[in-house]
Amino acid sequence: MELQYKYHPDNLNQSEPTFYKEEDLKAGEMLLNIGPQHPSTHGVLRLEVLTDGEIVKDVIPHLGYLHRCFEKHAESMPYNQTIPFVDRMDYLAAMNSEHVYAMGVERMLGIEDKIPKRVEYIRVLVSELNRLASHFVAIGTYGMDIGAFTPFLWMMRDREHILRLLEWVCGARMLYNYIWIGGLFYDLPVGFEERCIQFSQYLKPKLVELENLLISNKIFIDRTANVGVLPMDLAINYGVSGPMLRGSGLKYDLRKVDGYSIYPELDFEIPVGKGEVGTVGDCWDRTWVRMKECFESLKIIDQCLTQLTGDHKRTRSFDPREIVPKKIRPKAQDFYIRGENPKGELGYFFRADGRADVPFRCKARSCCFVNLSALAVMSKDSMISDLVAIVGSLDLVLGEVDR
Amino acid sequence: MTIETILYVIRSDFEVQVDEACSPVGLKIKASDLVAICERLYNSEETYFDFLSCITGIDNGPEANTMEVVYNLYSIPNDFGLTIKVELPRDKPEIDSITPIWQGANWLERETFDLLGIVFTGHPDLRRILLPDNWEGYPLRKDYSTQEYFHGIKVDF
Repeated sequence: MELQYKYHPDNLNQSEPTFYKEEDLKAGEMLLNIGPQHPSTHGVLRLEVLTDGEIVKDVIPHLGYLHRCFEKHAESMPYNQTIPFVDRMDYLAAMNSEHVYAMGVERMLGIEDKIPKRVEYIRVLVSELNRLASHFVAIGTYGMDIGAFTPFLWMMRDREHILRLLEWVCGARMLYNYIWIGGLFYDLPVGFEERCIQFSQYLKPKLVELENLLISNKIFIDRTANVGVLPMDLAINYGVSGPMLRGSGLKYDLRKVDGYSIYPELDFEIPVGKGEVGTVGDCWDRTWVRMKECFESLKIIDQCLTQLTGDHKRTRSFDPREIVPKKIRPKAQDFYIRGENPKGELGYFFRADGRADVPFRCKARSCCFVNLSALAVMSKDSMISDLVAIVGSLDLVLGEVDR
Repeated sequence: MTIETILYVIRSDFEVQVDEACSPVGLKIKASDLVAICERLYNSEETYFDFLSCITGIDNGPEANTMEVVYNLYSIPNDFGLTIKVELPRDKPEIDSITPIWQGANWLERETFDLLGIVFTGHPDLRRILLPDNWEGYPLRKDYSTQEYFHGIKVDF
C-alpha cells in the first residue's frame, strides 16, 4: 500500500508560519502566537500578535484552516445542490444563509413574485429562530471568553430549545437544507406553530434575565466598555456590517434597507449602539446590539406566528414544493444578492452564462471575513487580555471566514 | 440617485459602457481608469459610494483568454448599488489596488489574488490568505489542476 504521507525534515520548514521575522523585531518586542487551537479564537483562527510587554502592537490573522473550496464546488454543481454547502459556511445560522441564497437564485429566474405568502412567512420564521440561536452562541461564548460562565450555560439551554424546534421542522439540528429554491422542503409539522408560541412566551423573561445577569453586570461592563472602539467612518470604510456596524452607531439593517422577503410588512426596530456605558462602537455596544436584536427577532417571530395561524393558515391543498423548478437555468446575467445574516451582510455574486445548469462563477461575500479584517485596527495599542474581548465581540464563525 | 447621475459624474472624462444584464446596474470600464473612477465616485457628493461590498474575480477560461474583476459598491446615504466590471488579459492579469480608497478591499483583493492569481499593484500586503503560502497554482482558474504533493502529503487521493 502506498503511504499517503512521506516524512522529510524539510517538510516542517516549508511553510512560512509568521509575517514578522525575528530580525524585524525592535528591542523589547515579542511575537506571540494565539491559536489555531485556542478556545478564545472561536474556532481555528490563528493570531500572530506583535507585543511590547502587555501592549498589542500589531495583529496578523492567519486564516484558511477550514477552507473547503465552496466557490470551486459551487461551479460544478446545479444551483439547488449547492444549498447543503451554503449551510456549512455559517453553520450557526444556516437558515439565514439558505434564505439569501434561495432568494438570489429565485430573482435570477424571475419567480420571486410567485412564492406563496405562507412560504415566505415560514422562511422568515425559521430564519429569525436561527438568528436567535446564533446570537445566543455569540453572547454566551463572549461571556465565557471574559470570565462569565453562567450566561453560557443559560444561552446553550435556550439555544437547545430552538435547535429542537428546527430539528422538528427539517430533521437536522444545525445543517438544515430546508429552504429550497422556489419553496421549502416540507410544510411546518402539525402543532409547530402552537409549540413555537409557547416557546416565545418562555423566552421573553429569559432574555430579561440575560440582560440583568450579563449585559448590565458591572464586571462585564468593566471588561468591555471603551475596549476595541471602532468609529463609524472606519467601520464603513472597512466594509464592516451587521451588529458591528450598528454597534458603531449606524442604523443600517438590510432587512429594512433592501426590504427583501416579507420584512417590509413586519414591525421591528433596529437597535443602534449609543455608547451608554463607554464610547460608541466599543465591545459593549456590539454585544448590547446583539441582545436587543434578540428582542426584535422575538417580535418578528410573534408576528409571523400570528400570520401563520391566521391569514396564512395551513390548508390541505398547500404544497410548499409547488413551484420548485425542475430545471434551474437562469438566463445569462451577473447578479449580486445580499441579505442580513446574524453576523452581517452575506452576499452572493452569481454569473450565469445561460447555457449551463451550473453557475459560471458563484462567489460568497462572507461577513465574518470582512469583519475580521478590521481586527488589526481595532486592537492596536490595546492589552493582550483585551484582544480576547475584541475577538469575541466580532462574533466570528471560522467556517464562514474560510468557506 | 439613478445611473444617469453616475454617468453625469464620470462620463465626460472616462470611457464607460452600461451593462444591462447585471443587477445592481453595471458599468464596464477600462482597467487603467479604475482607481480614478473609484476616487471620483467616492469623493463626489452626488454619488458618494462609501461601502465596498464585494470583489469577485472571474476567469473566463483559456478560450476567451480574459479575466474579470467585479466590484460591488453601495452608497449608504443614497441607497444605491453599482457593479463595476473590468476585463484583464489572462496572460498578465494586473490591476491597480483600490485599498487606499476602501480599506475593506485589502482582504478581498488578497483573496482574489490567492484563488485566481490576479495581481493588484500597489496593494500594501499582497500575500495568500486562504491557502498556504507555498501552494502551487490558483484553484479558481478554469484550467487548474492540483499539485501532486504538498508537504509530502498526496493532494489527490
